[in-house]
Amino acid sequence: MTEYYFFTEKMSVGYHMRPLIENIEIGLNKGEILTLIGPNGAGKSTVLKSIARQIALIGGTVCLDGDHVEQMSGTKLSRKMAVLLTERLRTEMMTCEDVVATGRYPYTGHFGILSEKDRRAVKEAMELVHVSGIADQDFTRVSDGQRQRVMLARAICQEPEILVLDEPTSYLDVKHKLEFLSVLQKLRKEKSLTVVMSLHELELAAKVSDKILCINGRYVERFGRPEEIFRQGYLTELFGIESGKFDEENGNMELAAAEGEAEVFVIAGNGTGRNTYRSLQRQGIPFAAGILFQNDLDYPVARALGTCCIAAESFEPIPEALLSRAKEKIDSCKKVICCRRSFGTFEAANRELLAYAKQSKKTIEETAEKDLKQNG
Amino acid sequence: MSFLFLGICVAVLCIANIGIGSVKISLQDILKSVSGREIGETERRILWDIRLPRTLAALILGGALALAGYLLQTFFHNPIAGPFVLGISSGAKMAVALVMVFLMGRAVRVSGATLIFAAFSGAMISMGFVLLMSRKVDNMSMLIVSGVMIGYICSAITEFVVTFADDADIVNLHNWSRGSFSGMTWENVAVMAGVTAVAFLAVFLMSKPLGAYQLGEAYARNLGVNILLLRSMLVILSSVLSACIVAYAGPISFAGLAAPHLVKSLLGTAKPLLMIPACFLGGSVFCLFCDLLARNLLAPSEISISAVTAVFGAPVVLWVMIKRNREKVL
Repeated sequence: MTEYYFFTEKMSVGYHMRPLIENIEIGLNKGEILTLIGPNGAGKSTVLKSIARQIALIGGTVCLDGDHVEQMSGTKLSRKMAVLLTERLRTEMMTCEDVVATGRYPYTGHFGILSEKDRRAVKEAMELVHVSGIADQDFTRVSDGQRQRVMLARAICQEPEILVLDEPTSYLDVKHKLEFLSVLQKLRKEKSLTVVMSLHELELAAKVSDKILCINGRYVERFGRPEEIFRQGYLTELFGIESGKFDEENGNMELAAAEGEAEVFVIAGNGTGRNTYRSLQRQGIPFAAGILFQNDLDYPVARALGTCCIAAESFEPIPEALLSRAKEKIDSCKKVICCRRSFGTFEAANRELLAYAKQSKKTIEETAEKDLKQNG
Repeated sequence: MSFLFLGICVAVLCIANIGIGSVKISLQDILKSVSGREIGETERRILWDIRLPRTLAALILGGALALAGYLLQTFFHNPIAGPFVLGISSGAKMAVALVMVFLMGRAVRVSGATLIFAAFSGAMISMGFVLLMSRKVDNMSMLIVSGVMIGYICSAITEFVVTFADDADIVNLHNWSRGSFSGMTWENVAVMAGVTAVAFLAVFLMSKPLGAYQLGEAYARNLGVNILLLRSMLVILSSVLSACIVAYAGPISFAGLAAPHLVKSLLGTAKPLLMIPACFLGGSVFCLFCDLLARNLLAPSEISISAVTAVFGAPVVLWVMIKRNREKVL
């Protein structure tokens, strides 16, 4: 068995000698990105702080590049590992550049005077995360998001081999979240930087991570590749989601479905129904959806929000049985909404459903595409 | 630039402190005498036996005070920390009062070293209490309140001891316990210069870890700073400096608190490498200026130095609090 670049063995973490999570086993190769996910208060920060030697381990070991982290000298560790924590900094009279420059501490001489090389590293790190523009501004006067990026630049200019980041994206907007993850991928590619971080954005975690560790507050539930973790229904269970659903397959979250018997039947497909589903959910109207192919863009949303979702196997003709089930459903509804303007060859069943609804004198509302055009 | 400004201030104030008083000594006379030439006997004695040691004491102790304040502010990450508000000065005062009363009562001559040591023990006791409190309360303002309370308790004990002391001692103690630079001897100046120089050097050598510590403990630890060692050094050095001041000049209010802020605003940066020496100079300027006023404002009687420093220092504290509150950091 090849030795991992970074691994923990029977690591137990907690405060005041009381273990919170025990037997944590992590193994990472150089250049891999590990993301910790789990509900608030599950102990993600505790695990990260223990790895970064901010709090003492209660048991087990943490090894980095063949050395036990707890036995490394402060300077040696600081050249290998940089951190970004959630605690708020209270600086005084420090510009953003000053803050970034503290990352050079392990490399400067006795009085901490920056050399030409140090200055270059600071400058490069600031350019990488796009904070050069605020270099001379006081750190306390920039926005939370800018501050977070400044702290990231600080960690980067420390030139670590491994980065430990606690919720590094919490204050970032969408643009900067993506930029931040690109920076991680870039560093990984160029310097084979290893990253251990916690994220609340599950959809991002699934995309950027090589490995994922799921913590539930008592123990590690799962550790593995994202495709192993992001299985149907698992995250809803891990986070104990009660009002709503997280869709592991496409990273969407949906609020809870309206309760009760379906009052409206929505005919949709090809992504035309999603907005209608959500609008019905907002109004608290329970609805049934059909007939959708399982690979339709509407399908995951209908499954999460509808009281009933009649779905057909992808790339197969819609069976007769499904059609009659849909008709029964229409019988029990007061109203039918049709989001399709025209029907394709393989959704003849839906055309038939619409005709059936008209025939049985249901209120028909044909919406979708003109709405979409207005929105577009 | 800022250093030049501070340097000029120190020089001007030194000359003013030596020259101005009930007996005026002209600049020419000062220069003459310092360069070894003869001046009038009265002037010579006033210059060498009274004014010069006193000015040097204000210069050294003022710097020490500001430095102690700066260290405490860094240590507690609290802009309104200082040896006086945290009760450290009062703790030192209490210990010194106890030692003086009991030893003088037995007609034992109290040496400077004994006093400093007593003051240091008292400072450490107060510091210990403040540290205990800082573990219990996380709030900056509460820490200051507990420091002030400790100060009151120590002052009460001091009063109590003073009441039981012999008459001659009381006069002596009373003057001193209000804080004053008067009655300095060359021997005093030599001891305080030695202690302060060593402490200053130690602090200056710590400027790099102090810079990292400004980001907070967690980041400093990640940068490889030995937190336990740094924290112990901060406690010991700030106590030594406070002790040295109290042993010679009694408790001096607000100078240690205000001077670092004034200097920080002057420098426009908080980098310890610059702050440490600038802070020392700034403290000197502050105390020289206040002592000048204390001696001359109501001449021939003297105002206690603490009264003057409070007038100039307390507004600075208010200013800092308002500024902090506006930035919503406190």
